[in-house]
Amino acid sequence: MLRVWQKPLSFSLGIARSNLRFGYSDLAVGLGTLTLLYVAARIGSESLVKFHPPGIIPSISLDPRALPGYAARSTLRMFIALIFSTLFTLVYGYAAARSRWAEKILIPLLDILQSVPVLGFLSITVTGFIALFPGSLLGLEAASIFAIFTSQAWNMTFSFYQSLRTVPDELQEMTELYRLSAWERFTRLELPASVIGLVWNGMMSFGGGWFFLAASEAISVLNHSYTLPGLGSYVAAAVAAKDFSALGWAIVTMVLLILAIDQFFWRPLVTIADRYKLEVSAGEVRQFWVVDLWRSAHLPALVGRAFGPAWRYCDRRLSGITRSTGTLASANQSRGPGALYNAIVIVIAAALLAIAAHFVLAEVGLGEVRHAALLGLATGGRVLLLIVVSTLVWTPIGVAIGLSPRLARVSQPLIQVLASFPANFLFPFATLGFITLGISLNWGSILLMALGSQWYLLFNVIGGAQGIPNDLREMGRSIGLKGGREWKALIAPGIFGSWVTGAITASGGAWNASIVSELVSWGNTTLTAKGLGSYIAGATSKGDWPRIVLGVGIMSVFVVGFNRLVWGRLYHLAGTKYRLG
Amino acid sequence: MTTTDPLVTTAGTMLAGQHISKSFPLPDGKQMTVLEDVSLNVDAGEVVALLGRSGSGKSTLLRILSGLIPPSSGTVLKNGEQLAGPNSGVAMVFQSFALLPWLTVQENAELGLYARGVSKNVCEEEAEKALHMVGLEGFGGAYPRELSGGMRQRVGFARAFVMKPDVLMMDEPFSALDVLTAENLRGEISELWEAGKFPSKSILLVTHNIEEAVTLSDRVIILGANPGSVRGELKVGIPRPRNNKDPRFASLVDYIYTVMTNPTAEVGPGPGIPAKPRKPERFPMLPHARTGGISGLCEFVADQGGREDLPKLAERLRLEIDDLLPTVDAAVMLGFAEVSEGDVILTTAGREFAIANVERSQEMFREQLLAYVPFVATVVETLRQRKEGGVAKEFFIDILDEHFSESEAERQFETLINWGRSAHLFEYDATEERLYLASD
Repeated sequence: MLRVWQKPLSFSLGIARSNLRFGYSDLAVGLGTLTLLYVAARIGSESLVKFHPPGIIPSISLDPRALPGYAARSTLRMFIALIFSTLFTLVYGYAAARSRWAEKILIPLLDILQSVPVLGFLSITVTGFIALFPGSLLGLEAASIFAIFTSQAWNMTFSFYQSLRTVPDELQEMTELYRLSAWERFTRLELPASVIGLVWNGMMSFGGGWFFLAASEAISVLNHSYTLPGLGSYVAAAVAAKDFSALGWAIVTMVLLILAIDQFFWRPLVTIADRYKLEVSAGEVRQFWVVDLWRSAHLPALVGRAFGPAWRYCDRRLSGITRSTGTLASANQSRGPGALYNAIVIVIAAALLAIAAHFVLAEVGLGEVRHAALLGLATGGRVLLLIVVSTLVWTPIGVAIGLSPRLARVSQPLIQVLASFPANFLFPFATLGFITLGISLNWGSILLMALGSQWYLLFNVIGGAQGIPNDLREMGRSIGLKGGREWKALIAPGIFGSWVTGAITASGGAWNASIVSELVSWGNTTLTAKGLGSYIAGATSKGDWPRIVLGVGIMSVFVVGFNRLVWGRLYHLAGTKYRLG
Repeated sequence: MTTTDPLVTTAGTMLAGQHISKSFPLPDGKQMTVLEDVSLNVDAGEVVALLGRSGSGKSTLLRILSGLIPPSSGTVLKNGEQLAGPNSGVAMVFQSFALLPWLTVQENAELGLYARGVSKNVCEEEAEKALHMVGLEGFGGAYPRELSGGMRQRVGFARAFVMKPDVLMMDEPFSALDVLTAENLRGEISELWEAGKFPSKSILLVTHNIEEAVTLSDRVIILGANPGSVRGELKVGIPRPRNNKDPRFASLVDYIYTVMTNPTAEVGPGPGIPAKPRKPERFPMLPHARTGGISGLCEFVADQGGREDLPKLAERLRLEIDDLLPTVDAAVMLGFAEVSEGDVILTTAGREFAIANVERSQEMFREQLLAYVPFVATVVETLRQRKEGGVAKEFFIDILDEHFSESEAERQFETLINWGRSAHLFEYDATEERLYLASD
């Protein structure tokens, strides 16, 4: 696992390796890379198989031996989505950070996109993408990848935008004074400065993406059932066939997959990203075995040297193209967007809203809006209850873990797997439990929503407890603070900020999860809870456009309203009164 | 060159600023003026120091002259031509070093040349020469995080040297270093200049360290604060290499200290000319000093016999002038001390204050505050009229806003609260943001 140790201050003089003997590390790195390329190419070509809905749909085999293949296909989808998310992040975040005109539109838009329940839009995207690639699975592939993309991209974009905005002034001035071209500034300063945030956010978003993968591989939209071979559809098929052992195999595969991707992709990335810390103080250096293996191999260095001249040529050419010719200073001087621009943006936004409202109202009428709003209240009640119960359950556990370094070390990897594990893989078990025990899904759906979202709360509480300064805890002990008093005076205020952050994320996740949690089935039995989630899910499978738009719109309003009225205020309180240090 | 008229540029003038003003828009629509009608020039072969306390806009001025930000009005001339955009004849050494931590020392040093499109070989060669000049040979492959603070700033110097600029700008280059490291690096830079090996034609140094300005520069331009403006200029006619034990050195430093503790004094062409009072201020600004610092200063000076040289005081207390001078200002404002010829002299009240017990010193602080700071008396009177409910912070901020910028008004209020609480004149509830009269 992750080893962190103190590296003595030394002067590595970057002497080129003269030793060109190949070793085991080269064998491992070379073979690993080749295998990966082969698998990706093999799996990718399968996406082009014939597909003519509703007649010809790929069937899912419940044989456990088929699982590695399904897992590989799901994984490929995840990584393609990650690549698109990263590209989107770089373009969108850069535009928002560098242009005040673009910022005015892009950042509020991102805020809205973040609040829209992604799953509610699956129907729109699936039909759209199938029409785009007729006769092949590519349409469904694209729709699934798009669903994962929408669950990853917004977070990463926000992080990138924030990093760009917080590059220290003097570094910014240095690049201007020494006349770095836009390309040079991006590659030498802006991208490196944002790498850490990007990697951590990417890792978190990737973990969350499994949920959407599972939800988007097997979906019924507009009265059609669509299946895309993968882990998610395997689970769906197992549920339909009430096959317990297949479910078990799927869960084992999922856990192994999460662990493997963590070891071979995210851990190395996190370790490498550590080099791009902005503060130059010497300190702990992260080490990780995969990175050590990579670094001790000669192959990567050799390949790097071979591509060196080409890279330098491209670097120069791109710099030449992006060199600023005019006067940076006068560009700075021009005022940002004026009142006219703002007015135009507001008018366009209002017009779009009016069109949407007209579309909905013309079909369903005001009564339906009231009905949907009431359902929204029901789901909102569930989200609140979920937060309260998760807080009561997980805060003491999180604090216990956070205050004990030993416990934290042991449990951190476990919790990380739990957080990445797609909760919808567990839904069938819960559903069966509800059916046997006769529990109404009106209550049961709270548990289903919690399965995915409670981890954010736990994560953040642990972080908050770890952040309480040792001095304060020793002070508490020395004056005899214990039990309830210690919680009231020290622990609760100390973790408040982290708790709020966790609760915001958990509540956002829970709203989204309600779409798959308020309508579940086991075999032929289907359970439904009264709520906005099941309303959207029902409308989606029937292809009832006005109700889909209405449901998604109302849910967005609820999410934004919640954020503004409740979480925003708590967040402010956390940032002022309960700030440590 | 007995009187340098900044508006007259000659062939040797590398950089000139003429009638430069700068104001920034505030969120509430008002403007905050940082610089007002500043003119200066830098000639080939000279070292010019810009000396000013915080709020004098000296860093802003440096950025305007380097073309990083445009002036609101006025012009910058580079070799006689009007400047638009980043000044290609300038290289800068930054206070925070501004190194890219993921690039090696070598890559950092050659960054500016590389961006000019110079071939990789030439870049490497030039960077190695510059690294040699700053004593960092053999460190090319190291990363900044492996270096100490002083070595990091050496990389900053090397990066600037590589550019062979007309004017090398230094923005408080030594202030992020510890005292000994700063002294050492300052000495080396000074030696390079004196040996005629310096890779730039002139130097423009921004500093708040008086001795640094006198050690390094040929001319010291003293800036006044709020808004920043040129108060005057002093020629440093002391032959190099300079020794701070030289009586001429000491007397110039003393003179500058006196001028800087007295914002209304006229800055003469050199020591010996008595300071004349400038316009008195309508609404005196409270120096941002903590009450503990004020009484600490009085006690320290009392221990030295009631009179102490300001440069020595700064050295003994290990305080930068931005920390020391506000405290001295506060002691002067409250009638505890006076400043003359670079010395702090305790008044009778100051001597008593220094030895008073806790109760008596609180009482004295209250008396002096009410007697010498009219705004405090106003606040107390307002509170007395509305004894029970107290008065909202906004009320006083509104008054302060008329005389200060928004952020300064906040700082003024903070200082006011600190002083008023210590004097047991009023109490402040930070949650409600209300002021109350102190209960007896």
